[in-house]
Amino acid sequence: MLSGAYLADDPPNLASFGNEPFWLTLVKVVAVFIMLVVAVLLTVWAERRVVAFMQQRLGPNRVGPFGLLQSLMDGIKLMLKEDLVPAAADMPVYVLAPIIAAVPALMAFSVIPFGPVVSIAGHKTPLQLTDLPIGILFILAMSSLGIYGVVLSGWSSGSTYPLLGGLRSAAQMISYEVAMAIAIVPVFLYSATLATSGIVASQTSHWYFWVLPVSFILYGIAAVGETNRAPFDLPEAETELVGGFHTEYSSIKFAFFFLAEYINMVTVSAVATTLFLGGWRAPWPISLYSGFNEGWWPLLWFWGKVIIFLFVFIWLRGTMPRLRYDQFMRFGWKVMIPIGLLWLLGVAYVRTAQIHASNPRAWYIVGGVVAAVLLILFAVDPGHRKRQRAAELEEQERLAKAPTLDRIPWPPPESGDGDSGPPTTRVISAAGTAPRQES
Amino acid sequence: MTTVLAQGITHTTGWESAIFYVLGTIAVLAALGLVLARSAIHCALMLVVVQFCLAVFYFVQDAPFLGAVQIIVYAGAIMVLFLFVIMLIGIDSSDSLVEVLRGQRVAAVVLGFGFAGLIVFPTGSAIAGTTAVGLDSANGVGNVQGIARLLFTNYVFAFEIVSALLIIAAVGAMVLGHRERAPRPTQRELSEQRIAGEHPSAWTGPGVYADHDAVDSPALLPDGSPTRASLPENMSQDDIIDVIERVGIEK
Repeated sequence: MLSGAYLADDPPNLASFGNEPFWLTLVKVVAVFIMLVVAVLLTVWAERRVVAFMQQRLGPNRVGPFGLLQSLMDGIKLMLKEDLVPAAADMPVYVLAPIIAAVPALMAFSVIPFGPVVSIAGHKTPLQLTDLPIGILFILAMSSLGIYGVVLSGWSSGSTYPLLGGLRSAAQMISYEVAMAIAIVPVFLYSATLATSGIVASQTSHWYFWVLPVSFILYGIAAVGETNRAPFDLPEAETELVGGFHTEYSSIKFAFFFLAEYINMVTVSAVATTLFLGGWRAPWPISLYSGFNEGWWPLLWFWGKVIIFLFVFIWLRGTMPRLRYDQFMRFGWKVMIPIGLLWLLGVAYVRTAQIHASNPRAWYIVGGVVAAVLLILFAVDPGHRKRQRAAELEEQERLAKAPTLDRIPWPPPESGDGDSGPPTTRVISAAGTAPRQES
Repeated sequence: MTTVLAQGITHTTGWESAIFYVLGTIAVLAALGLVLARSAIHCALMLVVVQFCLAVFYFVQDAPFLGAVQIIVYAGAIMVLFLFVIMLIGIDSSDSLVEVLRGQRVAAVVLGFGFAGLIVFPTGSAIAGTTAVGLDSANGVGNVQGIARLLFTNYVFAFEIVSALLIIAAVGAMVLGHRERAPRPTQRELSEQRIAGEHPSAWTGPGVYADHDAVDSPALLPDGSPTRASLPENMSQDDIIDVIERVGIEK
């Protein structure tokens, strides 16, 4: 299995795809599907066990060894439950929404590389369903289609909480998709390709995690927002919106949303692995023996890295409180996107110097000085105090002009004789008058 | 007509035409649905279907970048924003069927068919008999690289002008819709302000007729007389005497 026979085909590129017989493609499709579903079942189980461990509980431990079959049983139970449909639901959209949520999530996985070229029944084929010259854009496109599932389920339920959840998720996922796209552009500047297999191939010597740490962090944060996971799970915030977009869903339709959320988690973890952690390549001390980067071994490294990511997702959920909606949007638009744009500009500058400049060091020094001056100006912000003062004065003026309201509701004035005015209601006053009389 | 077209385009394979006929039918049906559907959300969804079919056509026509961008930008971002707005302002009532302009429908149908004819026949006669050339050379260095080269060399000026225009429009909309606010006082500042002011304790709730809400103000019994039971047990004797003098508690 580990012989150097197909070393020549390593790494796979775009030309390695589409040459296999139809049955092999079918086997790959089924294998990817099964891997995803098993990954989802295990992630649900792991989430409950890990969060339980963090909260000093046991978690599910009855069904199967260590409770491993718990999520399978829950899935079966969900399918056998009664399927309730709200009377005000918009029926076609209500039924379509969970399907729209789940299908793009599954499709995004078709361009994820699991490993190099292997030999299956005499056919040499890469461990990847397919690849496109625009592989990463395809993943982004699928995740942007997945938004429809959430938005439409919120609208079609004909109920207030789901509608609010759907609105939130529409705004949230679009905002964080922008941040996510900006975060991964520097990777393309380095890899010079959008194909996932090409990106993995370009990380042979150094993973982009080391070259582009800011991109990695931005992508990680945006991925949490994009998958609606805690602390960014505002579309389904149970303290505010009951269940958010899936409040009115039950039975297998609810199971589809559940499936989609966890597949999305696995997908963004796999994309992060592919873009920043060298994809299926073995980590450093192991990679010293090149045999570990061949054959079926890479599957192990790939899923190991994905599991680390999934663990961080679960860890975040066990640790962080949910953000308020305005804080969350402010963070996305005023922190993530500006940092991403600045980082992109810097990376583009360095990359241009690397490729085209005859003397890159001079370019770096000039760029560094300019960046430092701009940063200092940004930090010092001359004139800030003056502007602040002006704004405060304006606000004080506005408050002074605002109509005032006596905060204590005084009783209506007492009339001279009891029968002409309104019913007498007297209060105990500090002066100590007679007790209040009810007329 | 179709045979002529099929002869003209040398590139077409069996799969390609199969996809075209299936998705073309769906796209046309969805476009009809877009016009005929009553609910605004259904119209928007039909438009998404049309755009998705177009994206698949781009993929099939060896323009994967255009296809992906079509899905991300149009089907993904713009249509979600459409849906967002429709959901936010809550258009869910169907349109009125009363015709305001007389003969509008007939005119619309006639003009619509006329427009379709104007589009279809000149395009069809222009395409018929020609062969598609240059696709391989355009995609020679790769589809994405080819588009990037054109956008950033021959058309860089037009491209930058258009993006600047879009940004100006976005910034203009924000300037028109934005009001500058002074920083709001924090919770701590509000609390300090209250303690330093005339009335440090909480204000009485709305609807309560009282100018006094301290602990030494006794509650009233149903007959209106104050009750001693509502006073704190650990009040000093002097304070209790004060209260009795003030409100005259007897019980």
